[in-house]
Amino acid sequence: MAEEKDKDIVLLSHGDGGLLTHQLLQDFFLRYFKNDLLDSLTDAAVFSSEPGRMAISTDAFVVDPVFFPGGDIGKLAVCGTVNDLAVSGAQPLYLTASFVIEEGFPFTDLEKIVASMARTCRDAGVQIIAGDTKVVGRGQADKVYITTTGVGYLLPGANLGYQRLEPGDKVLVSGCLGNHGLAILLQREALGLDSQVVSDCAPLNNMITEILKRFKGIKLMRDLTRGGLATNAKEIAMSSGVDFWLDEAVLPVEDSVKGITELLGLDPLYLANEGKFLVVVAVEEADELLRYLREDLSAEYACQIGDIQAGKGNVYLRTALGGTRQLNMMAGAPLPRIC
Amino acid sequence: MLDKLRDPELGKRILSKLAPLAQEVAGRLGRPAILMEVCGTHTMAIARSGLRSLLAGSLELRSGPGCPVCVTGQGDIDRIIALAASRPDLVIGTFGDMLRVSGTNSSLEQERARGAQVEIFYSPAEAVTFAAGHPQNEVVFLGVGFETTAPAVALSVAVARSRGLKNYSVLSVHKLVPPVLENLLSDPELKIDGLLLPGHVCTVTGRKAFDFVANKFNVPAVVAGFEPIDLMEAIYLLLKQIVSGRAETVNGYPRLVREDGNNKAKEIMKEYFKPVNVYWRGFGMVPQSGLALQESLSFYDAAVRFPVEVSESVPPKGCACGDVLKGKIASSDCPLFARRCTPLQPVGPCMVSTEGACAAYYQYEWSKAEV
Repeated sequence: MAEEKDKDIVLLSHGDGGLLTHQLLQDFFLRYFKNDLLDSLTDAAVFSSEPGRMAISTDAFVVDPVFFPGGDIGKLAVCGTVNDLAVSGAQPLYLTASFVIEEGFPFTDLEKIVASMARTCRDAGVQIIAGDTKVVGRGQADKVYITTTGVGYLLPGANLGYQRLEPGDKVLVSGCLGNHGLAILLQREALGLDSQVVSDCAPLNNMITEILKRFKGIKLMRDLTRGGLATNAKEIAMSSGVDFWLDEAVLPVEDSVKGITELLGLDPLYLANEGKFLVVVAVEEADELLRYLREDLSAEYACQIGDIQAGKGNVYLRTALGGTRQLNMMAGAPLPRIC
Repeated sequence: MLDKLRDPELGKRILSKLAPLAQEVAGRLGRPAILMEVCGTHTMAIARSGLRSLLAGSLELRSGPGCPVCVTGQGDIDRIIALAASRPDLVIGTFGDMLRVSGTNSSLEQERARGAQVEIFYSPAEAVTFAAGHPQNEVVFLGVGFETTAPAVALSVAVARSRGLKNYSVLSVHKLVPPVLENLLSDPELKIDGLLLPGHVCTVTGRKAFDFVANKFNVPAVVAGFEPIDLMEAIYLLLKQIVSGRAETVNGYPRLVREDGNNKAKEIMKEYFKPVNVYWRGFGMVPQSGLALQESLSFYDAAVRFPVEVSESVPPKGCACGDVLKGKIASSDCPLFARRCTPLQPVGPCMVSTEGACAAYYQYEWSKAEV
């Protein structure tokens, strides 16, 4: 009986480098992530590169719960790193993935996560070419943590940087704000709210590659993860020394997100997104970029939300009433472990 | 409904009446009128709507003692933190904004990092459900709040009692708004031309409970709702009173607030709690302004079941939260504001709670250029 049960869950010995580790690799990681570089099972994946500049990014994912409406920790681990590369102007190519698994974690859940990572990699056009697995004792980690590192080539002609921002530039976002953070909160806390809020977790690299190819006036991009639009805009403003002026009335937020954040006293502008980015673009390309995002790339809720003005690194919001308020950085996460 | 109350066009129309009236009042007074919004949720709503910037120069809005975390005495905060620190076997259940409030030496967040069990709940009902699902844990819920929170906490005790739970208790530091306003208005140094009364609290207490503001102290008062249009209407009604030299307690939030309030909520509060003298930050001891559990409910009273001793607590040096809560100064007048006291390293509680005057001002209105 006990033996039967033990087959269903991860044991400490699955991380000892022996036979069970080998089995785990074969049954899950190699099966789902299959590609020539990974299949060689050498200590390091060796690949050739082309001339040009490269980008690298790494991120650890500890989201709780590991499954949430619209995604899971595996999908998030791929999207997070792919999106960091994409908004830096790079075309992501390869990822590595390290797993820290808590003893007793069900294999059915692990399989769902690994399958989801594989699916997301296919959507994003990247491969996982190296990885590692460790198992820790019960209570020494919470279910599973995943660290991904990604490399990619900078797209030719992509020229992004704080120093390029100048008064008159337009600020756009690629869609509705606040869904991921709220979806996690609602899933985690038994709030008794029956809601349809779904995380926006998605790889952005295909969309970003398309716009970077066409719009040379794109000066800066940022994926709006932890801290949301407000904190990220403030960070950019402080680093570049210009002011952001955003219009509250046009900020895209789903009605359900608006209603629930209202009820809970949260501000959607500070909630994390995992599939949305901000883009600063030269004024003469702004309208066409918005049209292209909406019509050709199906980002139907993409919006022009404001502009850049000379200033001192502040973010101002014109309220619907015509007043102004400032957006400062988030202090103290409204909620830990959202990614 | 909500959309209508936020309709920018309607808002601008009201503003076009409000702004000249504010100027008229300022002209008569020879200075901007000073209104106090008693409720922390009003503080947030004002900051978020940008109302202050729209009326700057002719009207000043000051925060009052309406953020429950902010007015909780240093001694109570120290006692809560000491309980978490000394009893790692207890699960301390709390609303999120208590987590980062600094006691004299520590905070719940720091104690959690050292091993205390601290759980964030969005409602007392959630805490009692947690207790039912974790019979091996002893759950202590921190009852911090006003007339708005107390009935829900009373209800959680009722649920624990009817379900026969042996592992749920409440540490009540609840406070009542009318007694503290009485204390505030008795201060001869106070310069407040009118009060925006807390709409949520009034849904429980009823409008009549605040008649004394106008009758006894001759200060105009309007019960205010929380949407920008509610607030503008309430401010308009206040200024009208000031201009005509009247002082009345007016219900500016009639869609939710009744004359006598919510009798069910008042009854359960009365059944479970008794008024006691408590210490308020900035105000000191205010008679009969707090709520303790009735003696017959001592089994659910964490103050009885898990007593902790703390040495006498003094508020942090230089912290002017007390003056901010009394409307004597604006947040930016505090010498620590945005210098030593920031949301990341808050010195006083007004910088911690999202409803705190200083936190709201820092987050939404303050610009670095001011320092």
